[in-house]
Amino acid sequence: MWSDTSVRQSTALAAHAAPVAAATEKASPMSGFLKVEQLAKAYQADKPVFADVSFAIDQGEFVCIIGHSGCGKTTILNVLAGLDTATSGNCFMDGREISGPSLERGVVFQSHALMPWLTVRQNIAFAVKSRWPEWSKAQINQQVEKHVAMVGLLPAIDKKPSQLSGGMKQRVGIARAFAISPKMLLLDEPFGALDALTRGTIQDELMAIVRETHQTVFMITHDVDEAILLADRILLMTNGQETDQGYRPGGMAEVVVNPLPRSRTRAQLHHLDGYYDLRNHIVDFLVSRAKAH
Amino acid sequence: MNRLSLNLRAAVVSLLLLVCFLGIWELATDAASVGGSSAGLTAEEIEYQQMMGKNPGAEKTAGVPGPLAVARASWGHLSDPFYDKGPNDKGIGVQLGHSLARVAAGYLLAMVVAIPLGFLIGMSPLMRKALDPFVQVLKPISPLAWMPLALYALKDSDVSGIFVIFICSIWPMLINTAFGVAAVKRDWLNVASTLEVSPLRKAFQVILPAAAPTILTGMRISMGIAWLVIVAAEMLVGGTGIGYFVWNEWNNLSLTNVIFAVLVIGVVGMLLDLMFAQLQKAVTYVE
Repeated sequence: MWSDTSVRQSTALAAHAAPVAAATEKASPMSGFLKVEQLAKAYQADKPVFADVSFAIDQGEFVCIIGHSGCGKTTILNVLAGLDTATSGNCFMDGREISGPSLERGVVFQSHALMPWLTVRQNIAFAVKSRWPEWSKAQINQQVEKHVAMVGLLPAIDKKPSQLSGGMKQRVGIARAFAISPKMLLLDEPFGALDALTRGTIQDELMAIVRETHQTVFMITHDVDEAILLADRILLMTNGQETDQGYRPGGMAEVVVNPLPRSRTRAQLHHLDGYYDLRNHIVDFLVSRAKAH
Repeated sequence: MNRLSLNLRAAVVSLLLLVCFLGIWELATDAASVGGSSAGLTAEEIEYQQMMGKNPGAEKTAGVPGPLAVARASWGHLSDPFYDKGPNDKGIGVQLGHSLARVAAGYLLAMVVAIPLGFLIGMSPLMRKALDPFVQVLKPISPLAWMPLALYALKDSDVSGIFVIFICSIWPMLINTAFGVAAVKRDWLNVASTLEVSPLRKAFQVILPAAAPTILTGMRISMGIAWLVIVAAEMLVGGTGIGYFVWNEWNNLSLTNVIFAVLVIGVVGMLLDLMFAQLQKAVTYVE
């Protein structure tokens, strides 16, 4: 069965830990490449937004997190990026605790966050220079052009972001994140602001690049189909809510393992066996159990 | 008429207004000189006055000079701008040079102080709150009110003039820099953080270009104020400069030269502003 609705995340996790990662990470006592333990964030001490969030991501795994607005997805991602701090709990990557931003983790922001006074080339070169300050201009330029070509934007390499469409800007954001060869990629709803057609194309591109580079990815999304297409596992989050027994903080309700073959493509996704069961299960969760305010 | 471009039509209207203005000016000053000192006197009366040692016909006209007289004087000044015949007789170019040098010195000093301080205020909420009362009290003080203190403390009229320019041009730059730096998009700072960019590189390669349009706006306002203030300051301290030239020609009762100087001040001010407009254009970015 692809989901275990009754079991809480922590027990479900052990069953899903991939044997590959366990073998390669012998030195590390943890099973996952990225490990999040009992994370909680509270702006009011008695009403944490989420609490007791624990999960692990293996090397090369693509994990999506789905939940309604306000459940704390972005906070979790920002904590992983080192841009925010949790109230309690710990995060580890590659056996080391995450205590601040690092070049080991590339971030793609929802609003692309390109610097408008720089061209595409300069934007990516800025990142490459930060990663390898000792590199020569030619080396930097080679790395930049390689990654711009990867997202198919060579013709626009010397344009400013204001001259690009929304989809192209997001491609540059993705190229910038990949260009620093991070150990892990964090994507904060990268396609949220794009129209459906553009989104589809870039999803395909992203999937191809991730499959090729075996990149470990943690991604926030609102789009169920996007999660099913891209993710090996989908984390479902609930919002915090008032119940008869008092306030219950939000948290990880369920981890869904994607049973569809990794060779799936957007075009044939909806013809695959099990696609509708999976989709209905996630949509049901969002509609009836996730409880948006 | 509608087929002409807006710019061309605007130029035509400007030209018409100029011609009207010059015409009215000429007519008004003609009328004044008709009522001049020698008018309405009989030949005997004039002869009498000449015998008394007065020369009514040769006296300076009492009225405001007309545009033609000003144009003649302007040509005289502009054709030989750089002569220097002692403290009270220097070419207009020399006088302008002195004024511009004072403005440049005071303005550069203000930049050196205001931009780093603005960065500090913009980046640190603590410093913003701590320095705000000082800025609020010092900002509304007329720069000329500092003049006596400056003259006493610095004991040099030239340096005092520079100080007055410094103190008047610092505030718009400081406030705009602080505002521009504080308003840099969170996203860009986050990008810099996740790339582990050093604080110095972040300041020069992220915050500075992001805040540059706002900083340049402040610098442009400062330059406008500095050019306003230098004329008044030079009238007070004297010696050299376009402001002193105006005051000197007023003491010579040469309104022609005063009007010429007023026009020069306007044109130079406009050129300075145009220069900053170009700079502003160069650092502006489209999001």
